[in-house]
Amino acid sequence: MSVITRRHLMKTAAAAGLTLPGLSRGAFAADPLKVGFVYLGAIGDYGWTWSHEQGRKALEQALKGQVVANYVENVKEDASAIPVMKDLAQQGNKLIFTTSYGYMDQTLEAAKAFPDVKWEHCTGYKRADNVGTYNSRFYQGRAVIGTIAGMMSKTGTIGFVGSFKIPEVVMGVNAFTLAAQAVNPKITTKLVMIDTWFDPAKEAAAAETLANLGCDVIAQHVDSPAVLQVCEKRKIYGFGYGADMSRFAPHAHLTASLDLWGPYYIERAKAMLDGSWKSDDVWWGMKEGLLAMAPYNKAVPDNVRAAADKIIAGTKDGTYEVFTGPIADQTGKERVAKGQRMEDKDLLVMDWYVKGVQS
Amino acid sequence: MNIGFFIDALITVVGVTTPILLAATGELVVEKSGVLNLGIEGMMLIGAVTGFAVTLNTGTDLGDLAPWVGVLAAALAGAASSMLFAVLVLTLGSNQVATGLALAIFGIGLSSLVGAGYVGTIVPSFDSVFPDWLAGDPLWRVVFGYSPLVYFALLMVFVVGWFLNRTRAGLILRAVGENDLSAHSIGYPVIAIRYAAIAFGGALAGIGGAYFSMVITPMWAEQMTAGRGWIALALVVFSGWRTGRLLAGAYFFGVLMTLELYAKASGFSFLPSQFWAAMPYIAAVVALAVISAREVAGSEAPACLGRPFLPNS
Repeated sequence: MSVITRRHLMKTAAAAGLTLPGLSRGAFAADPLKVGFVYLGAIGDYGWTWSHEQGRKALEQALKGQVVANYVENVKEDASAIPVMKDLAQQGNKLIFTTSYGYMDQTLEAAKAFPDVKWEHCTGYKRADNVGTYNSRFYQGRAVIGTIAGMMSKTGTIGFVGSFKIPEVVMGVNAFTLAAQAVNPKITTKLVMIDTWFDPAKEAAAAETLANLGCDVIAQHVDSPAVLQVCEKRKIYGFGYGADMSRFAPHAHLTASLDLWGPYYIERAKAMLDGSWKSDDVWWGMKEGLLAMAPYNKAVPDNVRAAADKIIAGTKDGTYEVFTGPIADQTGKERVAKGQRMEDKDLLVMDWYVKGVQS
Repeated sequence: MNIGFFIDALITVVGVTTPILLAATGELVVEKSGVLNLGIEGMMLIGAVTGFAVTLNTGTDLGDLAPWVGVLAAALAGAASSMLFAVLVLTLGSNQVATGLALAIFGIGLSSLVGAGYVGTIVPSFDSVFPDWLAGDPLWRVVFGYSPLVYFALLMVFVVGWFLNRTRAGLILRAVGENDLSAHSIGYPVIAIRYAAIAFGGALAGIGGAYFSMVITPMWAEQMTAGRGWIALALVVFSGWRTGRLLAGAYFFGVLMTLELYAKASGFSFLPSQFWAAMPYIAAVVALAVISAREVAGSEAPACLGRPFLPNS
């Protein structure tokens, strides 16, 4: 016999209704924070994007269960990035990292459309209430490899295969040159900008050209190990960029600057989880663990290792700063006075090369 | 500046030119038969990843023979991918431009998928097979110091030129490209000839792609051809569909690119750098515009280029 009377039904419904908030509260607590990543290249590039991917994986590992991190690869630095970013926001990602300089304006536009989502733009300088920027002091790594290059170059000419003339790259070229000049004042740097972040064949051709013109140590700010392969073939030296690339050039690869994004991503996700996220302008470096150097090649002599280690130690405790005057630009005009350190705001808009750079 | 300087520069030029020359030679044959295959970039990447993967996996068993097998595999893979295009375009009558673009995109995606497991691995560079005293000699390396693929590319240009202009089979292929209905009425198998031409173009594009992953930078990286397929396409048009001019045009382009690098490394650049970044795409657009303007008097494009073969219309 049915005991479903109207009163009974109402009681049951009310009881069910009262438990709902308890259920949903439980559901929200179980819902992990969704974090999105916009990648310029492929995670398999073994360089820039690969290192961001390692950071993303570290984030998921450290905050397992609390954070789910998604990514989109091969996003071009043009208007087509905007729908990708908006799509990530629509999928429920509440914190989104856009990992390349060329996403600057697109990030701001997507942020305007999604004010509840927090955005972080890597290596940029435009911010908003819900857009922060973060950067790594790559030039600190350049100072170390510049020191090694200056001491190990026999011809006194070192090479640099760069991508675009943007402050991040310019800082790298200058730091590399200044550090090399500190150990060998006659050093000149031959610079070739290839106008792309990634084109292995062109990177290789550029490295060959630099080697043909007398460079015996070549640094790079491009995303594949092609330059190192050429260095290995020509029996000259090179450095890995963003990741340890020694497997591509066991003899030529002296060391590499490693981008370690994990600590930063973990900290920002934690800030989201406890509600303390604020738009910020973060520029971390070796001291904060965002940058480290790969192990030295066997071929690096002890005195060179000691010099490089000294630079690393000085960078970490703040006693060494590569952009300390006197610094002159290519025309000879003095831009930084003796003993003075360049300020961050000047570094971030740097568009001039130091004396000794042949651009 | 001694002779060594010029030899070094010439070697760089050859390295830049060869993959484009290979792909362009193949595409020239395809277009001479009346078909426009825009999917060169995709076929090159498929060839690149296949050549690399096969060389890597057979390296221990075959030793020195491995790269040859790798190149053969790259050619077969390129030809196979071109068959996808051929079936859609020749048998199912789909639009050649759209299908070619689809092949390019498909090739990029498939090669990335297949290559994902190979990132971070290397193979020995497919270098000169001549003995060291010849290939390493400061003077004679300019002749003997190259990878076998360089000599193959030069050989193919002459073989294709001879085939098209001096053999009956080449004449038939050109006839199919100029007037497919007449060739059909005489009794020549238009579709079969075009299938063969497309396969040949795919094979050479595959080998051209393998040059990137086995010679210049012996590794696999996604999209490592970086737009060279589009340059090869433009080169075929600029050469007026003639192999002699194709060879000259390819090397002219190689010299231009190398000159740009030397100029930059020496402290000056003679063209704005953004021009170089845009160049492959500008070249492709110009090439397509020239092809489309078939009504221009004296146009050298094969008359049936890009048009489907419709024998019953």
